[in-house]
Amino acid sequence: MTEAATTDVDPHAGTLEALTKVLGGATLETVRFRDNLRVFLKSDQLLPALVALKSELAFQLIEIGGIDYLAYPGRASGSSRFEVHYVLLNQDSHERLILKVGVEESRPSLPSVVAHWIGADWMEREIFDMFGISFEGHPDLRRILMPEEFTAFPLRKDYPLRGRGERHNFPRLTRDES
Amino acid sequence: MPANLLDEPEIESEHKEYHWTLNFGPQHPATHTTLRLVLELDGERIVKATPDIGYLHSGFEKLGEHLNFNQYVTIVDRKNYISPPMNEVAWHNAVEKLLDIELTRRCQYIRVIIGELSRISDHLLCVGAAALDLGAFTAFLFCFNQRELINDVYEEMSGYRFHPGYTRVGGVLHDFNDRVITKVRAVIASLPKALLDTEKLVYRNKIFLNRTRGIGILTRDDALSLCSTGPIARASGVIYDLRKDEPYLAYPDFDFQVPYATEGDCYARFQVRLEEIYQSLKIVEQAIENLPSGPVNVPIAEKFPVPDKGTTYNSMEGLIQHFELIMPNRGMESPVNEVYAAIESPNGELGYYLVSDGSQTAWRTRTRPPSFINFQVFPHVIKDHLIADIGAILGSLNIIAAELDR
Repeated sequence: MTEAATTDVDPHAGTLEALTKVLGGATLETVRFRDNLRVFLKSDQLLPALVALKSELAFQLIEIGGIDYLAYPGRASGSSRFEVHYVLLNQDSHERLILKVGVEESRPSLPSVVAHWIGADWMEREIFDMFGISFEGHPDLRRILMPEEFTAFPLRKDYPLRGRGERHNFPRLTRDES
Repeated sequence: MPANLLDEPEIESEHKEYHWTLNFGPQHPATHTTLRLVLELDGERIVKATPDIGYLHSGFEKLGEHLNFNQYVTIVDRKNYISPPMNEVAWHNAVEKLLDIELTRRCQYIRVIIGELSRISDHLLCVGAAALDLGAFTAFLFCFNQRELINDVYEEMSGYRFHPGYTRVGGVLHDFNDRVITKVRAVIASLPKALLDTEKLVYRNKIFLNRTRGIGILTRDDALSLCSTGPIARASGVIYDLRKDEPYLAYPDFDFQVPYATEGDCYARFQVRLEEIYQSLKIVEQAIENLPSGPVNVPIAEKFPVPDKGTTYNSMEGLIQHFELIMPNRGMESPVNEVYAAIESPNGELGYYLVSDGSQTAWRTRTRPPSFINFQVFPHVIKDHLIADIGAILGSLNIIAAELDR
C-alpha cells in the first residue's frame, strides 16, 4: 500500500519534520499514494498538529470529510470504523497535506477546529449529519442537510441506498393544523 | 441557538425586543435556487442571517458508492448544473489519478476546452443573473445568448445540451469533429462583442455600481479563515488558482493570467469573474488552434476506456473490452487506496476524495463542493446590510443549490 516517493527531493520532508517535533518526536505513520501524503494522527494530536501547521507553517484548511470503513477490504481488525480527513494547503509552497484521524464507533467524537478556521463550521456539521460523529467545542452542531426529524446517518455503510422508509413517514402538517 | 429553527422564539430577551424575524426563501426569485435564510432584522438592517440548507439534498455522495466510475458522471453533471463539463473533468481527474492513467494530449486539450467553455458559461450566468437582480435586464439577455452558443457546443459534441455526460475514464465519449470545432469557433467569434456590451451595461450603470461597490466586503483574512477559494477568494486578494499553481491537464501549455482584486466587495467579485471570461476565452482560442491530432482515448489495451461503437462491433478486442466494462461482475480493477484530487472550477476548488475498494465502484466519493464552502461567507458578510443587499451578495457568491446540498 505504501509507495516510495518518486522524486529524489521529498517536498514534504520539512513539514513532516516540524510536525514530528510538535507532536513529541514519535515517528508519524504516513502513507504516500500518487502525489498525496496522508499522515495518520490520534484524536488528541489533531488540534496541536493543526494549530502548528496553521501558525508556523502557513497551512490553510481546504476541506474536511468523513469516511466509513465498515467491512472495507484489507482493513486491519481493531482499527477504527470511521476516519475524518483534513486537507491542508500551503499557498506559498503549493504543498498539500492530508491529515487522517480515526474515530471509534463506540465514542464517535473529535475536537472541533472551528475556533481556528470558521470555514470548518459547516463541514463538521455535515459530517455530524452524515456519520453521527460529533465535534466537541463546535458552536452550533445541528444537522445541516437532512431534516431535524431524521434519526439515521445516511452515509454510514450500513444505511441502505433507498433508505429505511423515513421519507414516507415524515410528520406532515395539514392546512388545518398550520 | 436552539436545536430547531422553528422553535426559536421571536423575542428572546429584552434588548432584542425590536428585532423581528423574516423568512427568506426557499422559494424566492432572488435566491434563484432553493435556499432558505432566516433573517433577524432591526428595521431593515440585518442583524443575523441563518441559512437553512438541504432542500435539494439528493444523496449524490451515497449514489456515488453504487454507480461505477463511468456511470457516476451523469450524477456529477447535476451537481453544478450551470457548468456540467467542469464537474465531469473534476470527477474523472480524480478517478484517473487513482488509476494512474496518463491521458492523450488530444484528450487533455479537449477537456481544457470543455472546462473553459463551462467556466465562461458559469460566469456569464452569474454576472447576467446578478445584473438582472440589480436592475440591468439587458445584460442578462446578452449573457444568456452566449450561453446558448455554448450549449450548442455541448449538443454537438455529446448530443445533450445541458448535462453532456461527456468524459469517460481515460478519454471522452466521442472525439471532437469538425462541426464541434466550428461551433467552438462561433463562440470565440461572438463572445468578445457580447462581453463588451455587458461590460458597458454593468460597469457604467450607476444603479449597479451603487448596489455592489463596498457591499459585502470579505477581507483577505476572513477569506482564508472561511476556507473560500476561487473568484471569491481572488476578489479578496487570495491569489491562488490551481490552473497556475498546481497545473493539471494541459494548462502549462497556455498563456493566461489569473485576475484578482483586493477590495473584496461584490463589485470586485463581478470584475474578477468578467475578467476570467476573457482569460478563459484566450485559453479556448489557443487550445482549439493547437488541438493535437491523434487518438483521443488511451489505448484499449490499458483496459480502462469504453471502446467506441466502431471498435466494439468490428474488432474482437473492442468487443471483449466493452463486455468486460459493461457486465456488472467484471470491469476494471482499481487499487485499494484513496486519493484527493482537485481542479479549479468556476466557483473555486472542486475536489474529490475518492476511496476505492478495488472494484470499479467507489467506496466513498467525498466531494469538496465550492458552493457549500463559499456559502459560509454569506452570514459573515451580510451583517449590518439591508435586505436589498441580499440579492447583490447572493448573486456575487454564485451559490448553486444543487451543489450546495448535493
